[in-house]
Amino acid sequence: MTADAPVVRAVNLVKIYQTGGLPVPAVRGVDLTVEAGEFVAIMGPSGSGKSTFVHMLGGLDTRTSGEIWLDGRRADTLSESGWAVLRREKIGFVFQFFNLVANMTVADNVELPALLGGVSPRQARERREYLLGELGLADRAEASPAQLSGGEQQRVALARALANQPRLLLADEPTGNLDSRNTRDVLRLLGKVHGQGQTIVLVTHDARVASMADRVVSLLDGQIVDDGAIPKSRRRPLGAAGDVVELRS
Amino acid sequence: MRQSLLALLAKEPAHGYELKQALETIFGGAYPSPNIGQIYVTLGRLEKDGYVRSVDVEQANRPNKKVYYITAAGREALETWVEEPSEGPRVRDEFFMKLVLAPMTGLSDRMALVNRQRRHYLALMRDLRELAERTDPANRVALLLIEGAMLHLQADLDWLERCQEDLP
Ligand SMILES: Nc1ncnc2c1ncn2[C@@H]1O[C@H](COP(=O)(O)OP(=O)(O)O)[C@@H](O)[C@H]1O
Ligand SMILES: [Mg+2]
Repeated sequence: MTADAPVVRAVNLVKIYQTGGLPVPAVRGVDLTVEAGEFVAIMGPSGSGKSTFVHMLGGLDTRTSGEIWLDGRRADTLSESGWAVLRREKIGFVFQFFNLVANMTVADNVELPALLGGVSPRQARERREYLLGELGLADRAEASPAQLSGGEQQRVALARALANQPRLLLADEPTGNLDSRNTRDVLRLLGKVHGQGQTIVLVTHDARVASMADRVVSLLDGQIVDDGAIPKSRRRPLGAAGDVVELRS
Repeated sequence: MRQSLLALLAKEPAHGYELKQALETIFGGAYPSPNIGQIYVTLGRLEKDGYVRSVDVEQANRPNKKVYYITAAGREALETWVEEPSEGPRVRDEFFMKLVLAPMTGLSDRMALVNRQRRHYLALMRDLRELAERTDPANRVALLLIEGAMLHLQADLDWLERCQEDLP
Protein backbone atom coordinates (compact mmCIF):
# COMPACT_ATOMS: atom_id res chain seq x y z
CA MET A 1 0.00 0.00 0.00
CA THR A 2 2.63 2.47 -1.02
CA ALA A 3 1.52 6.07 -0.99
CA ASP A 4 2.02 6.70 -4.68
CA ALA A 5 0.79 3.37 -6.00
CA PRO A 6 -1.79 3.73 -8.76
CA VAL A 7 -5.37 3.51 -7.53
CA VAL A 8 -6.15 0.93 -10.21
CA ARG A 9 -3.87 -1.42 -12.06
CA ALA A 10 -5.32 -4.11 -14.29
CA VAL A 11 -2.84 -6.45 -15.90
CA ASN A 12 -3.82 -8.56 -18.88
CA LEU A 13 -7.31 -8.90 -17.50
CA VAL A 14 -9.51 -11.52 -19.14
CA LYS A 15 -13.12 -12.52 -18.64
CA ILE A 16 -14.68 -15.41 -20.47
CA TYR A 17 -18.31 -16.16 -19.66
CA GLN A 18 -19.18 -19.80 -19.87
CA THR A 19 -22.88 -20.27 -19.46
CA GLY A 20 -23.91 -23.51 -21.08
CA GLY A 21 -22.91 -23.44 -24.72
CA LEU A 22 -20.02 -21.54 -26.26
CA PRO A 23 -17.62 -19.50 -24.14
CA VAL A 24 -18.12 -15.75 -24.56
CA PRO A 25 -14.88 -13.76 -24.30
CA ALA A 26 -16.12 -10.44 -22.89
CA VAL A 27 -12.78 -8.89 -21.87
CA ARG A 28 -9.69 -10.00 -23.72
CA GLY A 29 -6.45 -8.90 -22.15
CA VAL A 30 -6.96 -5.40 -20.82
CA ASP A 31 -4.15 -3.39 -19.24
CA LEU A 32 -5.10 -0.21 -17.48
CA THR A 33 -3.42 1.96 -14.88
CA VAL A 34 -5.26 4.80 -13.19
CA GLU A 35 -3.34 7.20 -10.98
CA ALA A 36 -4.79 8.91 -7.92
CA GLY A 37 -6.97 11.83 -8.87
CA GLU A 38 -7.42 10.76 -12.48
CA PHE A 39 -10.80 10.75 -14.18
CA VAL A 40 -10.97 8.04 -16.84
CA ALA A 41 -13.98 7.59 -19.12
CA ILE A 42 -14.54 4.23 -20.77
CA MET A 43 -16.42 4.26 -24.05
CA GLY A 44 -17.27 1.67 -26.64
CA PRO A 45 -20.17 0.02 -28.42
CA SER A 46 -22.75 -2.04 -26.59
CA GLY A 47 -21.37 -5.50 -25.83
CA SER A 48 -17.74 -4.37 -25.99
CA GLY A 49 -17.11 -5.45 -22.39
CA LYS A 50 -17.35 -2.15 -20.52
CA SER A 51 -19.67 -3.35 -17.77
CA THR A 52 -17.81 -6.62 -17.36
CA PHE A 53 -14.56 -4.71 -17.01
CA VAL A 54 -15.72 -2.29 -14.31
CA HIS A 55 -17.56 -5.05 -12.50
CA MET A 56 -14.29 -6.95 -12.26
CA LEU A 57 -12.52 -3.84 -10.99
CA GLY A 58 -15.14 -3.62 -8.24
CA GLY A 59 -14.97 -7.32 -7.45
CA LEU A 60 -18.56 -7.86 -8.54
CA ASP A 61 -17.55 -10.31 -11.23
CA THR A 62 -14.62 -12.71 -11.01
CA ARG A 63 -11.83 -12.52 -13.52
CA THR A 64 -10.89 -15.49 -15.68
CA SER A 65 -7.21 -14.52 -15.67
CA GLY A 66 -4.99 -11.52 -15.15
CA GLU A 67 -4.40 -9.31 -12.14
CA ILE A 68 -6.23 -6.48 -10.43
CA TRP A 69 -4.39 -4.19 -8.05
CA LEU A 70 -6.28 -1.56 -6.08
CA ASP A 71 -4.40 1.08 -4.18
CA GLY A 72 -1.24 -0.99 -4.36
CA ARG A 73 -2.85 -4.18 -3.11
CA ARG A 74 -3.49 -7.32 -5.08
CA ALA A 75 -7.27 -7.70 -5.23
CA ASP A 76 -8.12 -10.39 -7.77
CA THR A 77 -7.06 -13.12 -5.36
CA LEU A 78 -9.35 -11.89 -2.57
CA SER A 79 -12.22 -13.99 -1.29
CA GLU A 80 -15.76 -12.69 -1.59
CA SER A 81 -15.64 -11.38 1.94
CA GLY A 82 -12.24 -9.85 1.30
CA TRP A 83 -13.74 -7.98 -1.65
CA ALA A 84 -16.70 -6.90 0.48
CA VAL A 85 -14.33 -5.27 2.96
CA LEU A 86 -12.29 -3.65 0.22
CA ARG A 87 -15.42 -2.25 -1.42
CA ARG A 88 -16.73 -0.90 1.83
CA GLU A 89 -13.45 0.83 2.58
CA LYS A 90 -12.34 2.03 -0.82
CA ILE A 91 -14.84 1.78 -3.63
CA GLY A 92 -18.06 3.58 -4.51
CA PHE A 93 -19.96 1.81 -7.24
CA VAL A 94 -22.79 3.18 -9.37
CA PHE A 95 -24.50 0.31 -11.17
CA GLN A 96 -26.18 0.61 -14.50
CA PHE A 97 -29.39 -0.50 -12.76
CA PHE A 98 -28.97 1.36 -9.46
CA ASN A 99 -29.34 -1.55 -6.94
CA LEU A 100 -30.80 0.57 -4.17
CA VAL A 101 -32.00 -1.16 -1.03
CA ALA A 102 -35.76 -1.33 -1.58
CA ASN A 103 -36.97 -1.24 2.01
CA MET A 104 -34.81 1.70 3.10
CA THR A 105 -35.46 5.39 2.54
CA VAL A 106 -33.34 7.38 0.10
CA ALA A 107 -31.61 9.03 3.06
CA ASP A 108 -30.72 5.69 4.64
CA ASN A 109 -29.53 4.28 1.33
CA VAL A 110 -27.10 7.15 1.01
CA GLU A 111 -26.00 7.22 4.65
CA LEU A 112 -25.47 3.49 5.01
CA PRO A 113 -22.08 3.22 3.28
CA ALA A 114 -20.74 6.12 5.30
CA LEU A 115 -21.97 4.57 8.54
CA LEU A 116 -20.48 1.21 7.57
CA GLY A 117 -17.28 3.09 6.78
CA GLY A 118 -17.21 4.22 10.38
CA VAL A 119 -18.06 7.93 10.28
CA SER A 120 -20.34 9.42 12.92
CA PRO A 121 -24.09 9.56 12.27
CA ARG A 122 -23.91 13.34 12.20
CA GLN A 123 -21.19 13.36 9.55
CA ALA A 124 -23.07 10.75 7.54
CA ARG A 125 -26.19 12.89 7.65
CA GLU A 126 -24.34 16.04 6.63
CA ARG A 127 -22.66 14.32 3.72
CA ARG A 128 -26.00 12.86 2.63
CA GLU A 129 -27.69 16.25 2.80
CA TYR A 130 -24.90 17.79 0.77
CA LEU A 131 -24.95 15.10 -1.94
CA LEU A 132 -28.73 14.94 -2.30
CA GLY A 133 -28.82 18.74 -2.40
CA GLU A 134 -26.23 18.86 -5.18
CA LEU A 135 -28.26 16.37 -7.18
CA GLY A 136 -31.56 18.17 -6.73
CA LEU A 137 -32.98 15.44 -4.50
CA ALA A 138 -33.12 17.16 -1.13
CA ASP A 139 -36.89 16.78 -0.96
CA ARG A 140 -36.84 13.06 -1.78
CA ALA A 141 -34.82 12.00 1.25
CA GLU A 142 -37.69 10.26 3.00
CA ALA A 143 -39.05 8.54 -0.11
CA SER A 144 -38.46 4.86 -0.78
CA PRO A 145 -36.66 3.85 -3.98
CA ALA A 146 -39.84 2.44 -5.52
CA GLN A 147 -41.40 5.90 -5.36
CA LEU A 148 -38.63 7.40 -7.48
CA SER A 149 -38.28 7.70 -11.24
CA GLY A 150 -35.39 5.89 -12.92
CA GLY A 151 -33.47 9.14 -13.18
CA GLU A 152 -33.95 9.89 -9.49
CA GLN A 153 -32.84 6.40 -8.48
CA GLN A 154 -29.76 6.80 -10.60
CA ARG A 155 -28.83 10.03 -8.87
CA VAL A 156 -29.44 8.46 -5.45
CA ALA A 157 -27.10 5.66 -6.50
CA LEU A 158 -24.44 8.25 -7.31
CA ALA A 159 -24.95 9.97 -3.97
CA ARG A 160 -24.63 6.63 -2.21
CA ALA A 161 -21.43 5.82 -4.07
CA LEU A 162 -19.90 9.15 -3.04
CA ALA A 163 -21.13 9.05 0.55
CA ASN A 164 -17.92 7.54 1.81
CA GLN A 165 -15.58 9.73 -0.21
CA PRO A 166 -14.18 6.48 -1.59
CA ARG A 167 -10.66 6.09 -2.86
CA LEU A 168 -12.19 5.02 -6.20
CA LEU A 169 -15.51 5.83 -7.80
CA LEU A 170 -16.62 3.24 -10.36
CA ALA A 171 -19.70 4.09 -12.37
CA ASP A 172 -21.48 2.26 -15.16
CA GLU A 173 -23.52 4.61 -17.37
CA PRO A 174 -24.41 6.94 -14.49
CA THR A 175 -26.41 9.28 -16.74
CA GLY A 176 -28.08 6.61 -18.86
CA ASN A 177 -31.55 7.43 -17.55
CA LEU A 178 -31.24 11.16 -17.10
CA ASP A 179 -32.65 14.06 -19.06
CA SER A 180 -30.50 17.04 -19.93
CA ARG A 181 -31.13 18.98 -16.77
CA ASN A 182 -30.42 16.12 -14.41
CA THR A 183 -27.35 15.20 -16.41
CA ARG A 184 -26.13 18.73 -15.81
CA ASP A 185 -26.49 18.26 -12.03
CA VAL A 186 -24.54 15.01 -12.22
CA LEU A 187 -21.83 16.62 -14.34
CA ARG A 188 -21.50 19.46 -11.90
CA LEU A 189 -21.13 17.10 -8.96
CA LEU A 190 -18.64 14.90 -10.79
CA GLY A 191 -16.65 18.00 -11.70
CA LYS A 192 -16.66 19.13 -8.07
CA VAL A 193 -15.55 15.85 -6.53
CA HIS A 194 -12.96 15.34 -9.25
CA GLY A 195 -11.67 18.82 -8.48
CA GLN A 196 -11.34 17.71 -4.86
CA GLY A 197 -9.16 14.81 -5.97
CA GLN A 198 -11.69 12.01 -6.42
CA THR A 199 -10.39 9.21 -8.66
CA ILE A 200 -13.08 8.21 -11.15
CA VAL A 201 -13.43 5.37 -13.64
CA LEU A 202 -16.70 5.73 -15.45
CA VAL A 203 -18.39 3.96 -18.35
CA THR A 204 -20.44 6.25 -20.55
CA HIS A 205 -21.97 6.79 -23.96
CA ASP A 206 -22.66 10.40 -23.14
CA ALA A 207 -20.09 12.66 -24.74
CA ARG A 208 -20.83 15.43 -22.24
CA VAL A 209 -19.80 13.11 -19.42
CA ALA A 210 -16.80 11.72 -21.29
CA SER A 211 -15.61 15.23 -22.11
CA MET A 212 -15.11 15.87 -18.38
CA ALA A 213 -12.54 13.10 -18.14
CA ASP A 214 -8.78 13.54 -18.25
CA ARG A 215 -8.47 10.44 -20.34
CA VAL A 216 -10.69 8.35 -22.56
CA VAL A 217 -10.30 4.62 -23.00
CA SER A 218 -12.13 3.00 -25.92
CA LEU A 219 -13.07 -0.65 -25.84
CA LEU A 220 -13.95 -2.74 -28.86
CA ASP A 221 -14.63 -6.46 -28.66
CA GLY A 222 -13.17 -6.69 -25.18
CA GLN A 223 -9.91 -4.93 -26.02
CA ILE A 224 -8.61 -1.41 -25.57
CA VAL A 225 -8.26 0.21 -28.98
CA ASP A 226 -7.52 3.73 -27.78
CA ASP A 227 -6.30 5.26 -24.53
CA GLY A 228 -5.32 8.87 -24.22
CA ALA A 229 -6.04 12.41 -23.13
CA ILE A 230 -8.68 14.54 -24.75
CA PRO A 231 -6.64 17.03 -26.74
CA LYS A 232 -6.86 20.80 -26.44
CA SER A 233 -9.14 21.82 -29.23
CA ARG A 234 -7.50 23.57 -32.11
CA ARG A 235 -10.05 26.30 -32.40
CA ARG A 236 -9.60 29.72 -30.99
CA PRO A 237 -11.12 30.10 -27.54
CA LEU A 238 -14.87 30.28 -27.60
CA GLY A 239 -17.05 32.86 -26.02
CA ALA A 240 -16.41 36.11 -27.73
CA ALA A 241 -16.98 34.91 -31.25
CA GLY A 242 -17.65 31.22 -31.31
CA ASP A 243 -17.84 29.23 -34.47
CA VAL A 244 -19.44 26.18 -32.97
CA VAL A 245 -22.71 26.65 -34.66
CA GLU A 246 -23.48 27.65 -38.16
CA LEU A 247 -26.77 29.39 -38.51
CA ARG A 248 -26.50 29.94 -42.17
CA SER A 249 -29.25 30.42 -44.65
CA MET B 1 -27.60 35.87 -42.81
CA ARG B 2 -29.98 37.42 -45.38
CA GLN B 3 -33.06 36.14 -43.63
CA SER B 4 -31.93 36.94 -40.13
CA LEU B 5 -31.25 40.54 -41.15
CA LEU B 6 -34.64 40.73 -42.87
CA ALA B 7 -36.30 39.34 -39.75
CA LEU B 8 -34.60 41.90 -37.53
CA LEU B 9 -35.58 44.70 -39.91
CA ALA B 10 -39.17 43.44 -39.99
CA LYS B 11 -39.22 44.21 -36.29
CA GLU B 12 -37.82 47.72 -36.66
CA PRO B 13 -35.54 49.76 -38.91
CA ALA B 14 -31.90 49.67 -37.86
CA HIS B 15 -28.40 50.51 -38.99
CA GLY B 16 -25.73 47.94 -39.68
CA TYR B 17 -24.02 48.02 -36.33
CA GLU B 18 -27.30 47.67 -34.44
CA LEU B 19 -28.04 44.53 -36.46
CA LYS B 20 -24.70 43.04 -35.57
CA GLN B 21 -25.27 43.76 -31.89
CA ALA B 22 -28.79 42.35 -31.99
CA LEU B 23 -27.58 39.05 -33.45
CA GLU B 24 -24.88 38.74 -30.80
CA THR B 25 -27.25 39.54 -27.95
CA ILE B 26 -29.93 37.12 -29.08
CA PHE B 27 -27.76 34.12 -29.92
CA GLY B 28 -24.88 34.56 -27.50
CA GLY B 29 -21.41 33.11 -27.65
CA ALA B 30 -22.21 30.05 -29.75
CA TYR B 31 -23.16 32.18 -32.71
CA PRO B 32 -20.39 33.02 -35.14
CA SER B 33 -20.28 36.74 -34.63
CA PRO B 34 -20.79 38.32 -38.06
CA ASN B 35 -18.29 40.97 -38.97
CA ILE B 36 -19.63 44.37 -39.81
CA GLY B 37 -18.31 44.12 -43.38
CA GLN B 38 -20.36 40.99 -44.03
CA ILE B 39 -23.43 42.73 -42.69
CA TYR B 40 -23.01 45.72 -45.00
CA VAL B 41 -22.37 43.48 -48.00
CA THR B 42 -25.54 41.50 -47.23
CA LEU B 43 -27.54 44.68 -46.69
CA GLY B 44 -26.26 45.95 -50.05
CA ARG B 45 -27.45 42.81 -51.78
CA LEU B 46 -30.82 42.95 -50.06
CA GLU B 47 -31.15 46.56 -51.19
CA LYS B 48 -30.29 45.65 -54.77
CA ASP B 49 -32.94 42.91 -54.69
CA GLY B 50 -35.50 45.44 -53.47
CA TYR B 51 -36.00 43.78 -50.08
CA VAL B 52 -34.71 46.69 -48.04
CA ARG B 53 -34.23 50.43 -48.53
CA SER B 54 -32.05 52.82 -46.65
CA VAL B 55 -32.29 56.45 -45.61
CA ASP B 56 -29.50 58.70 -44.46
CA VAL B 57 -30.13 60.06 -41.03
CA GLU B 58 -28.19 63.13 -40.07
CA GLN B 59 -26.24 63.06 -36.84
CA ALA B 60 -24.77 65.97 -34.98
CA ASN B 61 -20.95 66.16 -35.34
CA ARG B 62 -20.78 62.80 -37.08
CA PRO B 63 -21.18 61.44 -40.58
CA ASN B 64 -24.69 60.48 -41.65
CA LYS B 65 -25.95 57.14 -40.50
CA LYS B 66 -27.64 54.78 -42.93
CA VAL B 67 -30.81 53.33 -41.48
CA TYR B 68 -32.31 50.32 -43.25
CA TYR B 69 -35.96 49.34 -43.37
CA ILE B 70 -37.77 46.42 -44.95
CA THR B 71 -39.93 46.76 -48.08
CA ALA B 72 -43.16 44.94 -48.97
CA ALA B 73 -41.15 42.60 -51.21
CA GLY B 74 -38.79 41.98 -48.30
CA ARG B 75 -41.67 41.02 -46.05
CA GLU B 76 -42.95 38.65 -48.68
CA ALA B 77 -39.54 36.99 -49.04
CA LEU B 78 -39.33 36.68 -45.28
CA GLU B 79 -42.78 35.09 -45.10
CA THR B 80 -41.82 32.54 -47.73
CA TRP B 81 -38.68 31.69 -45.80
CA VAL B 82 -40.54 31.27 -42.50
CA GLU B 83 -43.22 29.09 -44.04
CA GLU B 84 -41.08 26.64 -45.98
CA PRO B 85 -39.66 23.66 -44.09
CA SER B 86 -35.97 24.00 -43.29
CA GLU B 87 -33.40 21.54 -44.56
CA GLY B 88 -32.35 18.82 -42.15
CA PRO B 89 -28.73 18.72 -41.09
CA ARG B 90 -26.29 17.18 -43.50
CA VAL B 91 -24.23 14.24 -42.46
CA ARG B 92 -20.62 15.16 -41.78
CA ASP B 93 -19.36 13.55 -44.90
CA GLU B 94 -15.84 14.88 -44.95
CA PHE B 95 -14.70 12.56 -42.22
CA PHE B 96 -16.65 9.67 -43.73
CA MET B 97 -14.86 10.24 -47.04
CA LYS B 98 -11.54 10.04 -45.28
CA LEU B 99 -12.62 6.97 -43.39
CA VAL B 100 -13.69 5.11 -46.49
CA LEU B 101 -11.02 6.30 -48.89
CA ALA B 102 -7.83 6.83 -46.87
CA PRO B 103 -7.27 3.16 -46.01
CA MET B 104 -7.48 2.31 -49.71
CA THR B 105 -4.54 4.57 -50.36
CA GLY B 106 -2.53 3.08 -47.50
CA LEU B 107 -2.29 6.54 -45.93
CA SER B 108 -3.92 5.61 -42.68
CA ASP B 109 -5.83 2.83 -41.05
CA ARG B 110 -9.43 3.17 -40.00
CA MET B 111 -8.84 2.47 -36.33
CA ALA B 112 -6.40 5.37 -36.08
CA LEU B 113 -8.75 7.70 -37.96
CA VAL B 114 -11.74 6.82 -35.79
CA ASN B 115 -9.74 7.18 -32.60
CA ARG B 116 -8.38 10.57 -33.57
CA GLN B 117 -11.82 11.76 -34.60
CA ARG B 118 -13.36 10.59 -31.34
CA ARG B 119 -10.84 12.53 -29.31
CA HIS B 120 -11.48 15.57 -31.48
CA TYR B 121 -15.26 15.37 -30.94
CA LEU B 122 -14.72 15.08 -27.21
CA ALA B 123 -12.51 18.15 -27.26
CA LEU B 124 -15.29 20.02 -29.09
CA MET B 125 -17.78 18.76 -26.53
CA ARG B 126 -15.62 20.07 -23.73
CA ASP B 127 -15.57 23.49 -25.42
CA LEU B 128 -19.35 23.45 -25.71
CA ARG B 129 -19.73 22.48 -22.08
CA GLU B 130 -17.45 25.28 -20.99
CA LEU B 131 -19.27 27.71 -23.24
CA ALA B 132 -22.60 26.65 -21.70
CA GLU B 133 -21.16 27.21 -18.23
CA ARG B 134 -20.09 30.72 -19.19
CA THR B 135 -23.40 31.59 -20.82
CA ASP B 136 -25.95 33.65 -18.92
CA PRO B 137 -28.49 31.11 -17.59
CA ALA B 138 -31.26 33.54 -18.49
CA ASN B 139 -30.34 33.41 -22.18
CA ARG B 140 -32.53 30.46 -23.20
CA VAL B 141 -31.85 31.02 -26.89
CA ALA B 142 -28.09 30.80 -26.56
CA LEU B 143 -28.29 27.76 -24.27
CA LEU B 144 -30.64 25.91 -26.60
CA LEU B 145 -28.33 26.62 -29.48
CA ILE B 146 -25.44 25.11 -27.54
CA GLU B 147 -27.57 22.14 -26.53
CA GLY B 148 -28.46 21.59 -30.18
CA ALA B 149 -24.79 21.58 -31.08
CA MET B 150 -24.14 19.07 -28.28
CA LEU B 151 -26.87 16.74 -29.49
CA HIS B 152 -25.48 16.85 -33.02
CA LEU B 153 -22.03 16.07 -31.70
CA GLN B 154 -23.41 13.14 -29.71
CA ALA B 155 -25.01 11.79 -32.88
CA ASP B 156 -21.69 12.15 -34.70
CA LEU B 157 -19.97 10.23 -31.95
CA ASP B 158 -22.57 7.46 -31.99
CA TRP B 159 -22.16 7.20 -35.73
CA LEU B 160 -18.42 7.00 -35.32
CA GLU B 161 -18.92 4.05 -33.02
CA ARG B 162 -21.07 2.34 -35.64
CA CYS B 163 -18.35 2.94 -38.23
CA GLN B 164 -15.79 1.42 -35.93
CA GLU B 165 -17.96 -1.64 -35.40
CA ASP B 166 -18.98 -2.22 -38.97
CA LEU B 167 -16.09 -1.15 -41.19
CA PRO B 168 -13.30 -3.71 -41.19
N1 LIG C 1 -23.47 -12.86 -17.23
C1 LIG C 1 -23.12 -13.05 -18.52
N2 LIG C 1 -23.14 -14.28 -19.08
C2 LIG C 1 -22.79 -14.47 -20.34
N3 LIG C 1 -22.39 -13.48 -21.18
C3 LIG C 1 -22.35 -12.23 -20.70
C4 LIG C 1 -22.71 -11.95 -19.34
N4 LIG C 1 -22.56 -10.62 -19.14
C5 LIG C 1 -22.13 -10.09 -20.30
N5 LIG C 1 -22.00 -11.06 -21.24
C6 LIG C 1 -21.51 -10.89 -22.61
O1 LIG C 1 -20.23 -10.28 -22.55
C7 LIG C 1 -20.07 -9.31 -23.56
C8 LIG C 1 -19.75 -7.97 -22.94
O2 LIG C 1 -20.87 -7.54 -22.21
P1 LIG C 1 -20.87 -6.21 -21.32
O3 LIG C 1 -19.67 -6.21 -20.46
O4 LIG C 1 -22.20 -6.11 -20.66
O5 LIG C 1 -20.70 -5.09 -22.44
P2 LIG C 1 -21.05 -3.52 -22.43
O6 LIG C 1 -21.21 -3.11 -21.01
O7 LIG C 1 -19.92 -2.89 -23.12
O8 LIG C 1 -22.33 -3.37 -23.20
C9 LIG C 1 -21.35 -9.33 -24.36
O9 LIG C 1 -21.16 -10.17 -25.47
C10 LIG C 1 -22.35 -9.91 -23.40
O10 LIG C 1 -23.37 -10.57 -24.09
MG1 LIG D 1 -22.92 -2.19 -20.03
